[in-house]
Order: sequence, then structure tokens, then C-alpha cells
Amino acid sequence: MIDQLVIPLVKILIVLNATLVGVTYMVLLERKVIAWTQSRLGPMRVGPYGALQPIADALKLMIKEDITPVRADKWVFTAAPIVAMVPALIVYAVIPFGDTVNLFGREIPLYITDINVGLLYIVSVASVGVYGIILGGYASNSKYPLLASLRASAQLISYEVAITLTLVSVILVAGSLSMVSIVRAQESAHVWFAFLQPIAFVIFFIGGLAETNRSPFDMPEAEQELTGGFHTEYSGMRFALFFLAEYANMIVVASVATTLFLGGWLRPFPNVAWLSFLDVIPSWTWFLVKSFGFLYIFIWVRATLPRYRYDQLMRLGWKVLIPLAIANLVITGIVKVLLL
Amino acid sequence: MGQAIAFYTLSAFILGFAVLVVSTKDTVHSVLFLVLDFLFVAALYVLLGAPFLAAIQVLVYAGGIVVLYLFVVMLVNLKRSPEAHHDPHRRARLGFVLAALVLIEVGAIAAYSAGGPVRPAAPQAPPTAAATAVSAMRAVGNTEEVGWLLYTNYLIPFEVASMLLLVAMIGAIVLAKREL
Repeated sequence: MIDQLVIPLVKILIVLNATLVGVTYMVLLERKVIAWTQSRLGPMRVGPYGALQPIADALKLMIKEDITPVRADKWVFTAAPIVAMVPALIVYAVIPFGDTVNLFGREIPLYITDINVGLLYIVSVASVGVYGIILGGYASNSKYPLLASLRASAQLISYEVAITLTLVSVILVAGSLSMVSIVRAQESAHVWFAFLQPIAFVIFFIGGLAETNRSPFDMPEAEQELTGGFHTEYSGMRFALFFLAEYANMIVVASVATTLFLGGWLRPFPNVAWLSFLDVIPSWTWFLVKSFGFLYIFIWVRATLPRYRYDQLMRLGWKVLIPLAIANLVITGIVKVLLL
Repeated sequence: MGQAIAFYTLSAFILGFAVLVVSTKDTVHSVLFLVLDFLFVAALYVLLGAPFLAAIQVLVYAGGIVVLYLFVVMLVNLKRSPEAHHDPHRRARLGFVLAALVLIEVGAIAAYSAGGPVRPAAPQAPPTAAATAVSAMRAVGNTEEVGWLLYTNYLIPFEVASMLLLVAMIGAIVLAKREL
């Protein structure tokens, strides 16, 4: 009873709440880091150094007026933010945050579930998340959101191909689709897969930026051209849902990159014996530190690089990343057959 | 018992959404019901113990192909009334013909597969090396099993399907790019 029902429910509760809090504070972090990059202070008024700014933002968004455009497709307009948010959250079910911990004499693994096709589950659920953006743009019945959502769907479909191909080469190396087994494979291989699959790692990172609509690939929400993007007609909490889904997706990409390429919850150099004093630090800390590194780089990239032009974006995806990913996959297969 | 309840619930949803797909006036809504239908079919696969197939179903159909459908439907704007044609019963007649064809097809398949000894006893043939390998993999997992079956028992259909896709790809390239 406790193992079947209570522990999973508690874990789901913790992960969901931690994600939502993490997402709101991602927004603050982003504002702060961009401000520092531009020699500003960023939010300072609410709480010490602006620490309570996300709470204030959330309250503001919740009590704001919620407008549905008269000529909008009402059902789809209401469903779109939900469709965007749900896949972004249920992906966390298979992400391994850490090794097992001993609590009250029970071995508790630090993931909600470890399914046989974990990686495939993440990819397929993420591919459904596109609908939120497409439908939001369509249902608004307004030209800028529609243009933005068309851009978004083309961009997401193109980069999904490249990302999935890199994942296949990682699966080839790891020999499993389960997220936990992939981390274990890195433990027994004594090396992070970022070093075995450097090309896949770089393609995954670039594709991850594009999949989460992050700068320099933030075409679907290029304010200067689209007056805001696919969520132009949304206000209040519905707008916030789109916003949160985007940041939740960023955390997902960072977690997947950490799990697949940076050894997940493993400490650095897990095979070097004299570093074993590092085991004092709990495994989930390593996971969080690595993921945080990715998120920081995401923000850093946004503060540094200008936006791509749309045709350049498509050219990069189809003519550079996808052929590179295919070549990487073929070479990985050949090397694996010849050497192992 | 629980499985039967889940199966019938899922089937009811699948059929219900399928009816909505063909009966909705708005084309975009129709495509959305199709997505829901695919998601429930994926749930059916999970119920049958085929999580790999379920994930592929969501990834390829719900997440890939239907996005392209939606793309096209949104761009061509089918809001015009479909009764623009001079013969108002044309659609109904066409529908009856198509439905009759499908009914005949389903009936033929049912009659063929119910015909007892028509099916050769090939699957129960002496266990080959591949078959034993497959049964050994059965304990390992769904994904491996699908891979093994594709490259042993179903190699020829698999290769034929790949050839078809290759031909379609070359055709698309030739059509899209006049001079190579």
C-alpha cells in the first residue's frame, strides 16, 4: 500500500511543486542574469534583491483580467494553454533526479518511475507539446499569432528530427532506452557520454535551444516582427501558463541533457577512487548543479547572441544539423559493431 | 476484470472520437479529434503491454503527421460551406459507396481469417534459431522484442516498406527540385 500508492503520490507532489517553484524562480534568474550582462541591477524592489518578485508576478497574473477575443475559437482558445502545460509537466515522471536514498529504513529511488522506453516517452510527449503553440496561434483568430504559430510548428518539427537522431546515437552507446539505465551505463563505461558523443551533445544543445524557442532561435516570439508571438491575444493566467510551460520545457531539456550526456546524478570522475570523499554530497545535488549549469548557459546565450533569420534557421536545421546527426549515427553504429 | 473495463472504456472513447472526426463541420476541430483518437489508441497499446508501440504511435502520428495535417488545414482555410456544389446529394452518395467498399473489405478479411485451415501452420513450425532468440529476448523488453521480430520473422515486409519510403522520398525530391 505504502510502496504502491503513498510514496509515488508524495514524489509526484514534491516534483510538481518543485518544478513550478523552480520555473517561477527561473524567470527571476533570467531577469537578473540578463540585467547583470547589461550592467543593470534587475528587479530589486520586492524582497531583498528582488527575491520575492516571482511571487508578486504570479499574484499579479492571477488577478488580472482574462480576455477571450470575440472572434476566437473559444474551445480551442481555452484548451491551448492547457495542452502546452500538461506535456511539459508529465515529462518529469521519468527523469531520474538521483540515486536511491534511505529514508526511515526504506530504499526510495529518486525518480517517479523508470519505464523501459523512458527516453522515447520524453520525446513523444514533448512532440505533443507543439500543439499548445499551434492551437494558441490558430484559435486567437489574429494574424500575428497565426504567423508565429506557423513558424513555431515548422521550427519544432525540423529540429525534432535532429534531436531524435542524436538521441538514437546515445541509445546505441548506452544500449537502453531507460533513463536510469543510461546513467548506469555511463557509470560502468567510466565516462560521460558527452565525451563519447561530442557531436551529438552539441547538436542536442543547439536543438534544445530551438525546441524551447530560446534565443537565438526565438522566431515564434520575435517581438519586433510579431508583436509578441503566438500568445499575443492571451492575458492573465492563460498567458502565464504558456510562459511557465516554456520554462518547464527548458528545465526538461537541461535535465535530459544532464542525464544523457553529463552522467546524471553521478559525481565527477565516478571511477577515480581518491575522489570518493565527494560521495558525501548527495547524488541529487550533482544532478541539480549540472542542470543549473545548462540553464545558466541558456540564459547566457540569450543575453549574448542576436536572433537568427528565419531562412537561416531552417538552413541550419536541415542542411547542417540533420546531415551531421545522421553521419554521427552511422559512424557510431559502425564503430560499435567493429569495436564491441 | 479491470483490464476489460479499461479496454471497453478506451474503445468507447476511440470510436466516439472517430465519429466526431468525420461529423465535425470545422476542419481544425476534426483534426484535433483525430489527435485525441490517436492518443487513446496509444493508451490501448499500453494496455496490451506494448509501451514501445504506444510511444511510437504518439511520436509519429500524434506528434508528427497530424501536426503537418494541421499545418495544411490552417493554411488553406476550409471555412467555405461545403454545400457549394450544384448537386447537394453528391457527398451522401459518395459516402455510401465508400462505406460499402469498406464494409465489403472488412467482411472479406473476417471471412478469410475465420476460414479455419486457410491460415498455414507456419508460426507453429519447428523453433528456429531466430524464434528461440526471440523467446529469449521476451524477458528483456518490448523494444528489443520489436527489433528482433522486425529483423527475423518480418524482414521481407520491413525491407519492402523501407523501399517504398525510399521511393517516396526520391519522388518528393524529384518533384520539388526540377533540376538536380
